[in-house]
Amino acid sequence: MLRDITIGQYYPTDSWIHRLDPRVKIVSTFVFIIALFIANRYIGYALTFLFLACIIAISKVPVKFMLKGLKAIFVIILITVALNIFMTPGEMILWQYKSLRITGEGLYLAGLMAIRLIFLIIGSSILTLTTSPIQLTDGIESLLNPYKKIGIPAHEIAMMMTIALRFIPILLEETDKIMKAQMARGADFETGGIVKRAKSLIPLLVPLFISAFRRADELAMAMEARCYRGGENRTRMKQLVIEKQDYVAIGIMIVFTAAMIIIRFI
Amino acid sequence: MAIKFKEVSHVYSQGTPFEKTALKNINIHIEKGQFVGLIGHTGSGKSTLIQHFNGLLKPTSGEITILGRNINDPNTSLREIRQKVGLVFQYPEHQLFEMTIFKDVAFGPENMGLSKDEVEHRVREALSMVGIKEEMYGKSPFELSGGQKRRVAIAGVLAMKPEVLVLDEPTAGLDPKGRDEILGQIQMLHESLGITVILVSHSMEDIAKLVDRIIVMHRGSVALDGTPVSVFEHVEQLERMGLAAPQIMYIMKALRDKGLDVPTDILTVEEGAKALAALLKKQK
Repeated sequence: MLRDITIGQYYPTDSWIHRLDPRVKIVSTFVFIIALFIANRYIGYALTFLFLACIIAISKVPVKFMLKGLKAIFVIILITVALNIFMTPGEMILWQYKSLRITGEGLYLAGLMAIRLIFLIIGSSILTLTTSPIQLTDGIESLLNPYKKIGIPAHEIAMMMTIALRFIPILLEETDKIMKAQMARGADFETGGIVKRAKSLIPLLVPLFISAFRRADELAMAMEARCYRGGENRTRMKQLVIEKQDYVAIGIMIVFTAAMIIIRFI
Repeated sequence: MAIKFKEVSHVYSQGTPFEKTALKNINIHIEKGQFVGLIGHTGSGKSTLIQHFNGLLKPTSGEITILGRNINDPNTSLREIRQKVGLVFQYPEHQLFEMTIFKDVAFGPENMGLSKDEVEHRVREALSMVGIKEEMYGKSPFELSGGQKRRVAIAGVLAMKPEVLVLDEPTAGLDPKGRDEILGQIQMLHESLGITVILVSHSMEDIAKLVDRIIVMHRGSVALDGTPVSVFEHVEQLERMGLAAPQIMYIMKALRDKGLDVPTDILTVEEGAKALAALLKKQK
């Protein structure tokens, strides 16, 4: 049951996108999101659609996984669409009931917003689906490095993220185990009202917290036993290197962004 | 018949890139009152198998009947099965959560909806079975030593009065004294209450001493199934699977190779000592 949840949702396969430098992928995702907000016409999104379709095809990740992320924000999309449809003032009134009305402009804008949100989620899903959590934090650390001078602890932030990510599957497994152990003693997590369900979580949460603290303690001890000390003078086994394929990716991103800007202003 | 598996397979995360077959085509029959040892290398499917014994996991394919009830049947009450098949997980002390030992053990029987008196009666009975004294009932379970915690956790399952008791490595991480105590209590439960016991263990010595039937799991299938003597005969096969026979069997075999006329169906140190003593007497 809990085994089926994938957080970090990395999809392990070998593709051109998977092999790209994580820094390039992170920055590209940011640029992509900004480009999404530059576009204000459907033609811009048509281009984005083509662009995303090509990337998904290259990434070898099944479209099903790409769309999974959309489920979580389905309600947000619905609310956004509803707000835009009913709240946009405009000349072209299609339907009116007292103060509620639907305008042509409202429909136009609602469509744009929905597409923008969907593309935003899919775009960031591509980052997390094709980059392993470890690569992701390596990339973030390396991107934050220049800001060390102004007091941002880049290494520590990256280490905390790595540990947090590393512990998600462990804690999920632990939850699964404790849940089963309590179910074996007749605990019921699935039926009853809100109060009963909240109460039934106590036998799960207490052992879970205790084990989380125990694990954190053990990990801290193990790190200290190996003389771990923050970011100073640490070298790494896998150096991040920008290679030819990364320059190609950067080039593609520049062309895409330029096209988006041109589409907006012509 | 306590437990019956027919062509049972289990696949984790079916249909994703993380798909993993944990069990394939398992056929097992376990009679009431048997004491079964379950052995196998790490990752051989033991833990997945025992979670099928009380319906925590359902088979991907195949049929399971537990105490006469079919697990696949949607009308079967899984809660009822879980009360009749007590499952003690590895490191059961990690599941303790209550303020006092008494309350923690009472969790199971309370979930069964028993009267207050009956719950109290069962908790006292279960705690005395595992040797926890009455003056400790009010203590927090987190103040106890490792071995005591584990015994309290086992009492939490015993208090539900299961007909079948499944234990997943109940002695892992305990010192020799704690190990002997727990195994002694399990043996006593089996003999005095006549319940069916299924014991998962990595210690061939413990298994040889206690059980009357061994099931060997290997890569999700049953590799061997029979009496301890008949299973431990296949030493080479066991070793290929990353397992072994009890050490005393190796000693007996070495002695026999050196020309001593000792029996080779010896499983415990006590039996070995007896056989050697008899042999020495004869030679005099």
